[in-house]
Amino acid sequence: MATTETHVPEQQRRWHNIRKLLERSGPFCHPDFEPSPDILDFLMESCKILVVGAGGLGCELLKDLALMGFKKNHIVDMDTIELSNLNRQFLFRKSDIGSSKAKCAVDFVNKRVPGCEAVAHHCAIQDLDEGFYRQFHIIVCGLDSIVARRWLNGMLMNLLQYNDDRSLDQSSVIPLVDGGTEGFKGNARVILPGLSACIECTLDLYPPQKTFPLCTIANTPRLPEHCIEYVKVIQWPKENPWGSSTPLDGDDPQHVGWVFEKAQERAMKHGITSVTYRLTQGVLKNIIPAVASTNAAIAATCATEVFKLASSCCTNMNNYMVLNMADGVYTYTFNAERKPDCVACSNTTRVLDVEPGAILMDIYEKLKEDTGFLMKNPGITTVINGRNKTLYMPSIKSIEERTRDNLKKKITDLGLYNGGEILVADITTPNTISIKLKFIENTDVEMSR
Amino acid sequence: MASPSPKSPEQSEKNKQYDRQLRLWGDHGQTALENGHICLINATALGTEILKSIVLPGVGAVTIVDDNIVSDEDIGSNFFLECSSKNLNRGSEALRLVIELNPAVQGYAVQEPTDQILLDNPDFFKKFSVVIATSLSEKTIQNLSNHLWEINVPFILCRSVGFLGSFRIQLKEHAIVESHPDNEQHDLRLDVPFQTLFDYLNSFDIDSLDLKDHGHIPWIVILYKAVQKWKISNSNRWPMSRKEKNEIKAIIDQFKRLDDNGMPIYEENFEEALRAVNTALIPTFLPVKIQELLYSSSAINLTKESSPFWILCSALRTFVEAEGKGKLPVRGTLPDMTASTDHYVALQNIYRNQAAIDSEIVYRKVQEIVTQLHCDHISESEVKLFCRHAHDLHLIKGSSIVGEYQFNNTVSSYIARFLEEPDVMMVHYILLRAAEMFRSEHCRAPGEWEPESDISKLKTCVSKLLTDISCTPFPKDDHIHEMCRYGGAEIHSVSAFLGGCVAHEAIKIVTKQYKPVNNTFIYDGASTNTATFTF
Repeated sequence: MATTETHVPEQQRRWHNIRKLLERSGPFCHPDFEPSPDILDFLMESCKILVVGAGGLGCELLKDLALMGFKKNHIVDMDTIELSNLNRQFLFRKSDIGSSKAKCAVDFVNKRVPGCEAVAHHCAIQDLDEGFYRQFHIIVCGLDSIVARRWLNGMLMNLLQYNDDRSLDQSSVIPLVDGGTEGFKGNARVILPGLSACIECTLDLYPPQKTFPLCTIANTPRLPEHCIEYVKVIQWPKENPWGSSTPLDGDDPQHVGWVFEKAQERAMKHGITSVTYRLTQGVLKNIIPAVASTNAAIAATCATEVFKLASSCCTNMNNYMVLNMADGVYTYTFNAERKPDCVACSNTTRVLDVEPGAILMDIYEKLKEDTGFLMKNPGITTVINGRNKTLYMPSIKSIEERTRDNLKKKITDLGLYNGGEILVADITTPNTISIKLKFIENTDVEMSR
Repeated sequence: MASPSPKSPEQSEKNKQYDRQLRLWGDHGQTALENGHICLINATALGTEILKSIVLPGVGAVTIVDDNIVSDEDIGSNFFLECSSKNLNRGSEALRLVIELNPAVQGYAVQEPTDQILLDNPDFFKKFSVVIATSLSEKTIQNLSNHLWEINVPFILCRSVGFLGSFRIQLKEHAIVESHPDNEQHDLRLDVPFQTLFDYLNSFDIDSLDLKDHGHIPWIVILYKAVQKWKISNSNRWPMSRKEKNEIKAIIDQFKRLDDNGMPIYEENFEEALRAVNTALIPTFLPVKIQELLYSSSAINLTKESSPFWILCSALRTFVEAEGKGKLPVRGTLPDMTASTDHYVALQNIYRNQAAIDSEIVYRKVQEIVTQLHCDHISESEVKLFCRHAHDLHLIKGSSIVGEYQFNNTVSSYIARFLEEPDVMMVHYILLRAAEMFRSEHCRAPGEWEPESDISKLKTCVSKLLTDISCTPFPKDDHIHEMCRYGGAEIHSVSAFLGGCVAHEAIKIVTKQYKPVNNTFIYDGASTNTATFTF
């Protein structure tokens, strides 16, 4: 074998490193693993990977996958390049500002890595349909939005097929490898839809969003953030500095400058210090700190898992890794567990407990606040006597206005009953969720407040 | 409508580009990074992945030392080489493509072998903030680490083989003022209030306030008042035990206003006071870790060569002994709490002013020392920062890689202890060392040509190492098999993970913020497991 080294074609020599993992067996391989040169052929010629997001993680992932032998990578991102991306999104340059992230990333990697045939999709993930997602072997996701992650998770659940005996058709499972970072911290996980914990099973792992109570902002501000939030929530809509039709744009330096100045005035009036331009922008845009190194480490972890999934040359992580690089470098890998009644992956109908005297608003609020749902703007419909009836639809203005009054009506007056079902649509999922209502008699009297 | 023209400061291009990281290490951290010069020895995939995440955030300069010629395998695993790089010098090619990431970074390539530089021009390494090396031979590792230890330049030694990787940080001494702890303890001094705080706390009479004001008293005042009341019937002691703290909670409950039905009215500030009982009543003290720092010989026996950190520690010690009455300077920050604006701002200013007074005293002491020693000036803002973080100062005293390689007694027994457990990550460490030994004996990586035949040879290397540290051989050969399967392959995603980590640690060292790994990190991509060891 050694003697032929110099005669191996250049193409083969280039992949010498990963070929050792793919063409040799080892004591820790996946039980199904059969070393063979065919595996590299599969990675290069057949295996299709979708990278979701072409930001800090996406750029890294596209590079990592290209150098792990994957040629048929697709990447989707609706965003364009901004100056503040350049400290970590290493496939972009100043001259690329304003261009499509997905296209720029693909152009760079295809040029650098010969044979790489990555394809860009400059659009929202919601613009792509089931047929599109179904073509991939593995999807790897580097998003900063929880809503988008949940939507994608829902899409993969949608693609699952069940056999006649209600068992899962394993061939319909598209593994999802998901990474996320925030400052010096990050996480990476492997999700086998329908088989292991999904995004919705573990919603409680995301920290709750930090909000300031309106009365504090308005009456007893203490922090510079309170002053900025006041200008954003109360002063801007009242004064409309750029006319009533101009909403506050955190990317417009003139808008940020205006808020900064007004917030400073308010802070000064109350003896509060440290309102800075940087803080103003941070609060307005809800900026999450980000640095190249953390992104590199998390993306690489995801790429390693994609490689393992595609080649079976090693068993996958089980199934959730957290990384903290603030104090030394620390990782912890644990088995996130499935939620038996998960709204997305349990293949069972969810049950919602309501009081018989409840109004529709109670259901609406529950869908937003219950940790099993955490929806954003749920639209609620039901079927009465075989006909669809829209109960409340917040996302479309004209229907919202027409159905707004229903929120105050008793659910029994709207035709809902114990054991009846509502159908719920929300931006957190591509699917309509059916939820069964269960009437409960509330015995304990609500205390205080 | 005329659009208002704000007079606010437009952000500079640079501030916009680095915005997301400035929120982590601040403008002063960025300045430190921009004054840094990183040396990379060997532009392997791991090497360039490290440089990538140092160049992007804007380090001052990088120098690549590499005398290798680009091979096909290099191009296959290294993103910062292209097809046209083949047969050219690897360092120059990698430098060209890495520097292109950020025009603000200076770059240099040196094509001489490291051993040659160590012989001919050892002073070459003096100018670097950190030297990072990948893919070095056993012999060069020892020569280089020995030299860098002597000239006191931080060194990070990195490896990436198959699914395994490691890095080892060699530092003589590394002082961190801003360690950015996840959970910072508050410094409220309720047990030893300074005069202005004492006056303020005692200016309240909780029972005489109207209901609106009652709901706006900061919990600090409520807690202080409760303790004062408790102390009267407890011979003026400070509540320490769980039982005593529960008594404090009971007093806070008594402070609550009642509604017409005699039920306590819900007030957020009182709930906050109840929650704070367990943490905020810990008496103010000088942490042992800080005491050790202040009384270490470096802080006591100052010389003209003493670093600013030790001068600051020395000044801080005299403060603690005199004006501080055994306590550190007041930190000067107030956690957010329910309160009226006036109460909160007043309280905030009381802490802030005392912190300014304390740090001013420390600053005067620093100036005295600086004048006496005729050493460089230390600015007031540096002293302020130091006092603000005095509770969380952190010092790493490192050990040399040569000591680790020669298995001195401490290292041997340390490794043996983990191997007895048996700790699989320490097994990986032994295998990485054995693979290095194999390479120096056989001029190739174990399994580079053919895995089976190298297993027994690698086993011999492992046995040698285990004998040196007086350990019994591994019960199973599976990890040796696996290392031979890797055949010295460098897997891109494994190098990319380590690259991110090593770049991160180099930035921590250059900015002197956040605690770096002390001192050895092992990564196993196969099991997604990591460990930190301190040799």
